[in-house]
Amino acid sequence: MEQLLNGVQLGVMLFLMAAGLTLVFGVMGLINLAHGSLYMVGAFVCATVTASVGSFWIGAVAGILAAAGCGAFVEIVVMRRLYGRDHLDQVLATFALILIFSEGTSWLFGSQPLWLDIPPMLKGAIMLPGGVQYPLFRLAIIFVGLIVAIGLYLLISKTRLGMRIRAGENDREMIGALGVNISALYTIVFALGAGLAGLAGSMVGVLQSVQVGMGEPVLILAFVVIVIGGIGSIKGALLGAVLVGVVDTFGRVMLPTFFRLFLPPSDATSIGSALASMLIYLLMIFILAVRPRGLFPAKH
Amino acid sequence: MFQLNKENVLNWIIGLSLLMMPITALILDEVYYVNLASRITILALAGVGLNLALGYGGLVSFGHAAFFGLGGYVAGISAHHAFEGTNFLSVIIEIPGSDQMLLIWLVTIILCALLAMIIGLISLRTEGVYFIMITLAFAQMIYYFAVSWPTYGGEDGLSIYVRNQLPWIDTYDAMTFFLVCFVLLIGGIYTTSRITGSVFGSALQTSRMNAVRLSTASIEPLGIRITAFVISAVITGLAGALYADRIGFVDPSMLSWHRSGEIMIFVILGGVGRLWGPVAGAVLFVCLEVFIGGVTERWQLFLGLVLLAVVLFAKGGLIGLVAGKARHV
Repeated sequence: MEQLLNGVQLGVMLFLMAAGLTLVFGVMGLINLAHGSLYMVGAFVCATVTASVGSFWIGAVAGILAAAGCGAFVEIVVMRRLYGRDHLDQVLATFALILIFSEGTSWLFGSQPLWLDIPPMLKGAIMLPGGVQYPLFRLAIIFVGLIVAIGLYLLISKTRLGMRIRAGENDREMIGALGVNISALYTIVFALGAGLAGLAGSMVGVLQSVQVGMGEPVLILAFVVIVIGGIGSIKGALLGAVLVGVVDTFGRVMLPTFFRLFLPPSDATSIGSALASMLIYLLMIFILAVRPRGLFPAKH
Repeated sequence: MFQLNKENVLNWIIGLSLLMMPITALILDEVYYVNLASRITILALAGVGLNLALGYGGLVSFGHAAFFGLGGYVAGISAHHAFEGTNFLSVIIEIPGSDQMLLIWLVTIILCALLAMIIGLISLRTEGVYFIMITLAFAQMIYYFAVSWPTYGGEDGLSIYVRNQLPWIDTYDAMTFFLVCFVLLIGGIYTTSRITGSVFGSALQTSRMNAVRLSTASIEPLGIRITAFVISAVITGLAGALYADRIGFVDPSMLSWHRSGEIMIFVILGGVGRLWGPVAGAVLFVCLEVFIGGVTERWQLFLGLVLLAVVLFAKGGLIGLVAGKARHV
């Protein structure tokens, strides 16, 4: 039960990252490797502001805004020129952005890792039905993730902005011709994705240290998620994220135990943990081998 | 066959200056620069490998570090067992380690070809972004395996205490080792040029431009692509084996996605699908790294800016900038 919740919590974090990535890819057709850097920016700003103001909530809002602002700036200066290019150019340009962001962050904030405390309101643990203690903060993350998922669904399917985003996915020339300011729309979508990455970064700063390069492992996992879910699909991102989170968490716990059944303990631990760290990639390869366009391919 | 056009002249200039650099350094007694030239040569070879898949075949592999690292680990593991006098495998048959480069290269070629065959068979069913991501996933999988597998050092890596040997040649000498690398680089470029001039090469380039058209000529694109992917992986793997021997050390960072990105950068900086493009790219990249790194600690920031500028404003890379657009083949 506890492991299941841990898995879901990891999945929710991944969803926040993956939603932005998949939105940007679905609408603009852009692969953004620098998405992890926006997550890092969110975490750093949140940690710094929290340390100086003393309130995690203000820090988190600052983190989200900083990431969204950075996102909007990068979109206007760089990304705009990349929409029409092939994926190779996009990969390279955003790879260059990672280098710039990582160095820039350690320049501004120093290269020491930062730490965040759990906000007093969410300290402690809660008793789950079944008699298991579970940290309140992790539950709060799951809760926030679900709210964001519902909010995104409503935004995309019920509002005017969402309608434009969906229209932009289908035919960018046509909605431009109908008088929608397409470049402003793209900036908004990009900033939205960046803000979600900033939110994820702010929350994860409480669970682990905030340091340069923290965005990269998460970025790769988020890519695995959107590829499994089908690139461009928010629903796919949510299901893919939870699937990856749960499989990864269970793999790390169960595989070493499983191998201990028929191998000496030291071998079992090393084989089990080696296999566990490969598990989600195996999952992705398996899914792509069966369904080359992911579980929920976006319609184009 | 040889034509005196801008690109060929430029290629000669690049090749000769790469060869002159360590010779000059040796005369001036600066062994550091001889080793630097070996580094450039090895990285260029890795780029030459990727260029075959990426440049000519249009297969944007973001996981070539897997082959680079595999080559490195073959050299490292083999040297490790040879040094300790233990067997690599002694369950059914006994396979001892070896410190002979020729043998290590042979094993690297076989293993990289096998790995590329497996990765290719699965990932070449997909296209576009999915192909980029699945190659990345394969490389990450191998990376995490290397990190969490403790037998060969795990995260800490594995030292090669004694550089592997070639018959009749002293690989310890910096200049000799450079020449070994240089000969392999020329070999890689020669292979690429022979391939692009062949029927197979034309089919490969057609598969990039118009796969349907290739099928109507009753050539199956998948087979062509897998073959190109395998050859490309083998060349990059050889570069990995040399790289591990040059620094005397192998660790999972050789398999990381940063490495894949770097190899890709060599190809794009120099010019995608240009015979000598990866060499030009590797020269430029390492020079930027060394010179900016000499001025400021924040060299990655400026390297990023330069890269960004190249991608945004100088399509066709360095060779495209000097020699103009590629002739259509």
